[in-house]
Amino acid sequence: MVVDREQNESRPFGAGGREPARSPAPLILEFPVRGMDFVSAGDAAAKVKKTLIQVGMPDGVVRRAAIATYEAEMNIVIHAREGAIKASITSDQVEIVATDVGPGITDISLAMQEGYSTAPPHIREMGFGAGMGLPNIKRCADELDIQSEVGKGTQVRIIIKRSGEGQ
Amino acid sequence: MKDCVLTLQQVKDILKAEVLVGNDQMGRVVTSGFGCDLMSDVLAFAPPGALLLTGITNAQVVRAAQMVDAAAVVFVRGKRPLPTEPVLEMAKDIRLPLLTTRYLLYDSCGLLYCAGLKGCTEDGGRQGAE
Repeated sequence: MVVDREQNESRPFGAGGREPARSPAPLILEFPVRGMDFVSAGDAAAKVKKTLIQVGMPDGVVRRAAIATYEAEMNIVIHAREGAIKASITSDQVEIVATDVGPGITDISLAMQEGYSTAPPHIREMGFGAGMGLPNIKRCADELDIQSEVGKGTQVRIIIKRSGEGQ
Repeated sequence: MKDCVLTLQQVKDILKAEVLVGNDQMGRVVTSGFGCDLMSDVLAFAPPGALLLTGITNAQVVRAAQMVDAAAVVFVRGKRPLPTEPVLEMAKDIRLPLLTTRYLLYDSCGLLYCAGLKGCTEDGGRQGAE
């Protein structure tokens, strides 16, 4: 589901090298994500990426946002029962919030370590669950905040700044 | 040996590959090669324009390739997507060429490397450095 709350915000942000257009309200995209749905998995990230290209975001911002969104979406698909991806896009930054209802993360600092994963073997056979998801998100993000409650769910908030391009 | 780029037609010929999607895109250029069965490693280390070689054939290969702007995907070990999965349709939608070769992953990468296609260590190493 896509919610475009500001129709007039779908114009390019600073396309053609001009100063970024002032945008008091962000362009909002929201997508439901279903746990264990490996066919639709990645749809949200693909649509976020397409929108960022359409509004004229620099390639580096598009790439980092696409990868971070995809990893966050896959985390919901792999680990949670259900969730949502919300993208808020302004001329200056992209904010991605991935929220899920699921088992939560017992030890966030451990989950941030490359190679640590609680994914079962059948997930690993699909090419995921290598313990790179959250580290990949961190690598792409200018700001990252993870809130989780065991037995309830997790919220991952990612900010990618236009000024941070080149990281 | 000098680094060079290869067209998909050259890749197809070197790997004796069959084109599953993108017969009309054999002039597309690949600038590096990345062989991997871990999609999160693809997301972490594959630069734009890379040729992704993998033995994984599910829909998430197409998604991962899309996220990193891969030039094309080669399925190794003679693998091809299950007809029950919408992999070919997804690739057609985003114009991502898919090929399949009987060579194993190591052999496929070696043949392309010998033809001058560089790997991704330089770019990926910078990204992966802590």
